Amino acid sequence: MSIDIRDLHARIDDQEIIKGLNLTLPKGEVHAIMGPNGSGKSTLAKVLSGHEDYEVTNGSVSMDGEDLLELEADERSRAGLFLAFQYPHEIPGVSNANFIRAALQARLPEGEELDAVGFYKELYAAMDALEMDRKFTGRAVNEGFSGGEKKRNEILQMAMLKPVYAILDETDSGLDIDALRIVSKGVNAMRSQDRGILVITHYQRLLDYIVPDHVHVMKDGKIIRSGDKNLALELEERGYDWLSEESAA
Amino acid sequence: MGVIVEAENKSSSILEEAPAWDASEFPDWYREMQESAWEAARALPLPRAKNEPWRFANLKQVAAVGDYVAAPPVDEETARELVARSRMLDTSEHRGKLVFANETLVHDERPDEDGGLICASLAEAVTTHGQRLQEYFMTQEATLGSEKFALLHKSRTRSGLFLYVPAGMELTLPIEVYHYVAGHCASIFPHTLIVTGENAKVTVVDYYQSASEDEAGLSCGVVDLVAGQGSQIRYVACQNLSTRSANIHISSTLASADADVKSLQLQLGSAWSRTESVSHLSGKGANSDMLSVAVPAAGQEVDQRTLQHHAEAHTTSDLLYKNALSDRSRSVFAGLIMVDEGAHYTDAYQTCRNLLLSDDAEANAMPGLEINADQVKCSHGSTSGPITDEEIFYFKARGIPAETAKQLITFGFTAEVLAKLEQPAIEALLSRLVEAKFEKLA
Ligand SMILES: Nc1ncnc2c1ncn2[C@@H]1O[C@H](COP(=O)(O)OP(=O)(O)OP(=O)(O)O)[C@@H](O)[C@H]1O
Ligand SMILES: [Mg+2]
Repeated sequence: MSIDIRDLHARIDDQEIIKGLNLTLPKGEVHAIMGPNGSGKSTLAKVLSGHEDYEVTNGSVSMDGEDLLELEADERSRAGLFLAFQYPHEIPGVSNANFIRAALQARLPEGEELDAVGFYKELYAAMDALEMDRKFTGRAVNEGFSGGEKKRNEILQMAMLKPVYAILDETDSGLDIDALRIVSKGVNAMRSQDRGILVITHYQRLLDYIVPDHVHVMKDGKIIRSGDKNLALELEERGYDWLSEESAA
Repeated sequence: MGVIVEAENKSSSILEEAPAWDASEFPDWYREMQESAWEAARALPLPRAKNEPWRFANLKQVAAVGDYVAAPPVDEETARELVARSRMLDTSEHRGKLVFANETLVHDERPDEDGGLICASLAEAVTTHGQRLQEYFMTQEATLGSEKFALLHKSRTRSGLFLYVPAGMELTLPIEVYHYVAGHCASIFPHTLIVTGENAKVTVVDYYQSASEDEAGLSCGVVDLVAGQGSQIRYVACQNLSTRSANIHISSTLASADADVKSLQLQLGSAWSRTESVSHLSGKGANSDMLSVAVPAAGQEVDQRTLQHHAEAHTTSDLLYKNALSDRSRSVFAGLIMVDEGAHYTDAYQTCRNLLLSDDAEANAMPGLEINADQVKCSHGSTSGPITDEEIFYFKARGIPAETAKQLITFGFTAEVLAKLEQPAIEALLSRLVEAKFEKLA
């Protein structure tokens, strides 16, 4: 059981950003993607989650055998895919609690009502684990949140939605040292045989907390190198240039 | 809506035919006042496009005011049915309830007039509290364009509430007043006058409704809030007339020193709704919050004119108008903050936000400032725009379908205003009404 990306090409406004990408993310594993700015990491995340601005021109993506590209973004989410955004959007007027509740409600069969008491119990427990103040339930989604608070809020949503596959796009950026530890703990608590996690990051430091099974390097819309966690250490030391020289050679 | 009356009715138009005053019904002073108001109203022309207060206004709708006639009396069965329908707040959530059907009081449930409290229907107050009433009755002239309609109202009004809350008295639960218009092309002229003595507190909700969704009616209402020193008034006008109807609502707030007034307009019904709201801040420490939510759909139009007039130093006002526009609906907002010479340390804010839920919806906003004092904090702004794709995507990425996302965003957009009233029971009620309208749209 896995997400399988084969020879994926995707573009936006006639500009090809993803250029023949292959990747397999099996359940039970944590993979990390690193790569220079502009290499297409966030684009990949958005293409996978079904953003309509991107057009897939070639290749395939399947999730546990199901053709992901056939599904609308909301269907992909309900099928078990989650994206923690690099830049989470602000939604004025909709409280965090109501937003998460609507997301859970959308997963229930027609006519079935989410149990409100159970929901709040679970929400508060998840917030406690992430050391989030209760006041964030009543505040509008991400509105006026600090950068780090937004990232924490993404992980709160992940904890509540319990996806089968999660993509975390630079969730570590903007987190202070304590927050990084807390959020990583939250993510690690969700590691399981039944869940695949893809972390996109620039910093090897995150991978000390969330230790990956595999590390991939993305450049210019492709995965150009894959290895174990030691690859991240090597990148930290040497940067990305040596890789492109090698692959060009 | 266009011309809605048969030609033979034209002669009985409220713009043409003098009101039928019944000499036995009201004392002389009142009848004489109404007669001279009628003469004055007759002398004024209907608003024209070149009049600044009517820029962007739909003048066809203005002219159509002449299509309405005096409301006939309602029969007992209709009256009973309307009273039965008048259940917005629970009995435990209100202090009183008055129901008017075509300006006749058909349900009368109100607090006892102890300790100087006056809580009376206008018709009753004219007779029993004439002196008090005269002191305050329509002393605030309309200035935002509807002078003629205000005079027309003055010449015809015979229903509504006169509430005088003496110093120190607090009515914590709201008083509800229902104004029904019944019959095709019928018109009503509901009046609301609230006067608070020093440190008094009161909450009033007016509902403007049609007896039938199939009938076109006109409500031409005037509301005057006179807040004494340190007093607190919470006022809501909830307009849910039939979608063929017309609404004219002229309101003023006069806030004395340290008085705090919050007023809210909820616009749900009527084909055309013109609201003119003025706040005069006339004493140090006075505050007026002016709130409005409108959710026009189909071809509905809301036309909103406001004035925040700071006449004294150290006064504050905060205006927040939000319109969520569907289909081919249309909104006009024109607001002015005026700070008089000497009104230093004024804090005045004015925000109009339009959420365009359809490509065919149209929003016009004309914010304005006129500052003649120093040390003033003023801001005005207006925004208009659709729900963005990025917003929708954030919802979809969490599994929430686009339609639900739009509803939640729109509902959230309006909820922010309703919450500012800080009246949980009323907020819950108004939310339900907004939600019901969205459900009808979906
Ligand atoms: N609408 C667009 N039109 C053209 N190019 C675009 C558009 N949107 C994004 N791009 C480009 O696509 C490339 C990939 O962007 P993406 O955000 O995926 O990079 P990234 O790897 O996530 O970078 P970072 O590490 O900075 O987050 C960038 O060069 C970006 O400028
Ligand atoms: Mg990125």
